[in-house]
Amino acid sequence: MAAASDVKVLGMWSCPYVNRAQLALCIKSIEYEFIEENTLKKSDMLLKHNPVHKKIPVLIHGDKSVCESCIIVEYIADAFDTGPRILPSDAYDRALARFWAAYIDDKWYPLVKVLRQSGDKEERKSLVQKLFEGLILLEEAFIGCSKGMAYFGGDSIGYLDIILGSCLACLRVTEKVVGVELMDPTKAPQLAK
Amino acid sequence: MATSGVKVLGARQSPFVNRVVMALEMKSIDYELVEMNPRLKPELLIKTNPVHKKIPVLIHGDRTICESLIIVQYIDDAWTNGPSILPPHPYDRATARFWAAFVDDKLVPLLGQLREAEGEEAKELVFKKFSEAFMQLEEAFINCSKGKAFFGGDSVGYLDIALGSFVGYIRVAEMMNETKLLDETKTPRLDGWAERLYSDNIVKDVLMDPQLLLVQLQSGFRHSRSSRRHRETRVEARSLRGNMKEQCCWRRGLCEMQQIEGLFLWREP
Repeated sequence: MAAASDVKVLGMWSCPYVNRAQLALCIKSIEYEFIEENTLKKSDMLLKHNPVHKKIPVLIHGDKSVCESCIIVEYIADAFDTGPRILPSDAYDRALARFWAAYIDDKWYPLVKVLRQSGDKEERKSLVQKLFEGLILLEEAFIGCSKGMAYFGGDSIGYLDIILGSCLACLRVTEKVVGVELMDPTKAPQLAK
Repeated sequence: MATSGVKVLGARQSPFVNRVVMALEMKSIDYELVEMNPRLKPELLIKTNPVHKKIPVLIHGDRTICESLIIVQYIDDAWTNGPSILPPHPYDRATARFWAAFVDDKLVPLLGQLREAEGEEAKELVFKKFSEAFMQLEEAFINCSKGKAFFGGDSVGYLDIALGSFVGYIRVAEMMNETKLLDETKTPRLDGWAERLYSDNIVKDVLMDPQLLLVQLQSGFRHSRSSRRHRETRVEARSLRGNMKEQCCWRRGLCEMQQIEGLFLWREP
């Protein structure tokens, strides 16, 4: 097992992208040190380890630093052979997991933040509609990936559970702010469960 | 693994499609390139990529995979014969994925920004962004190549495919704007890599010469059904001079190219 001093995560406790790295490390039973960052006043450590994007999360493993949450999760899956698999064993299932992770990050989840910050009634209505459309796609993805089991990863939490699961807290906050049940069980019953 | 039933839905000029074709060629996989114009939203494309309705799509038996970099990784995972596309070490893989994402998220959009920029001042701003991005990629090249010819080392790898598929369009943008975006004085190693790329046996058979690409873009899409891959001698197109009408053979397609006078029509890949 990697010593806690070997592995560090630079991040904020409330950031879903940081939570992804933490979830993956927990699944692999890797001890790590969490270093809280203030994104309004970025530390020298953050700027040194992520000079390109200057963003959290950053995973520091020994003398190596890995950036971008999905890439960090895949790195953790590759680099540590403790604990259960994070990515599926089949090449096609891996491709599907990556596809839906990219869909969540590029198309679906950004709408949640825009919705939360929007004060315009018509814009909110349009965003909610788009989120529901995406939710239906994710419901189909869940049915396809889970193959009747509890998670996208099957019997246990996997890559796509981490990617989407980390977004749930912010999703619930947005639901409270806008007064709409976004993870609507009538539209996505399997996903809501 | 059986290589039968491999199809690529795409367009010959698309850099995203070229990524997939390069990966298949590296693994010596027979495939059929089914040319299509995504703007026309053909039925097969909508059926196989209902979420994004975009090319490329890889069809492998009854499986469909979308998104170019995901397809390249799938090809590397599914076919273990031939050279590895991604590096063996987890950290090198993470680094390759990071810079490939940088290419797609930061560099590629600059081509669109340059196209839309009106006036010299706006263009200069985009040129500056290109310069910054290439400086970062220069460092990436130094670290990834470890002194060798390609990002992948001695041979073309994941990041060579991800970035290399856009070199032609970068050179076209240079010709159109009469400027150097990939500048050998500022990023000598990256520029050297871009020159070497076209001499690689796999790449030169896939990526269109920038001069030819310029003419293709001027004349718009030409669609033809491509046959199963086989090793044909490619007949080089003569370079275009003035308003000459040129004919060239490209694989099995015979296309007639005309130079359009006046405004150059930039086509999205």
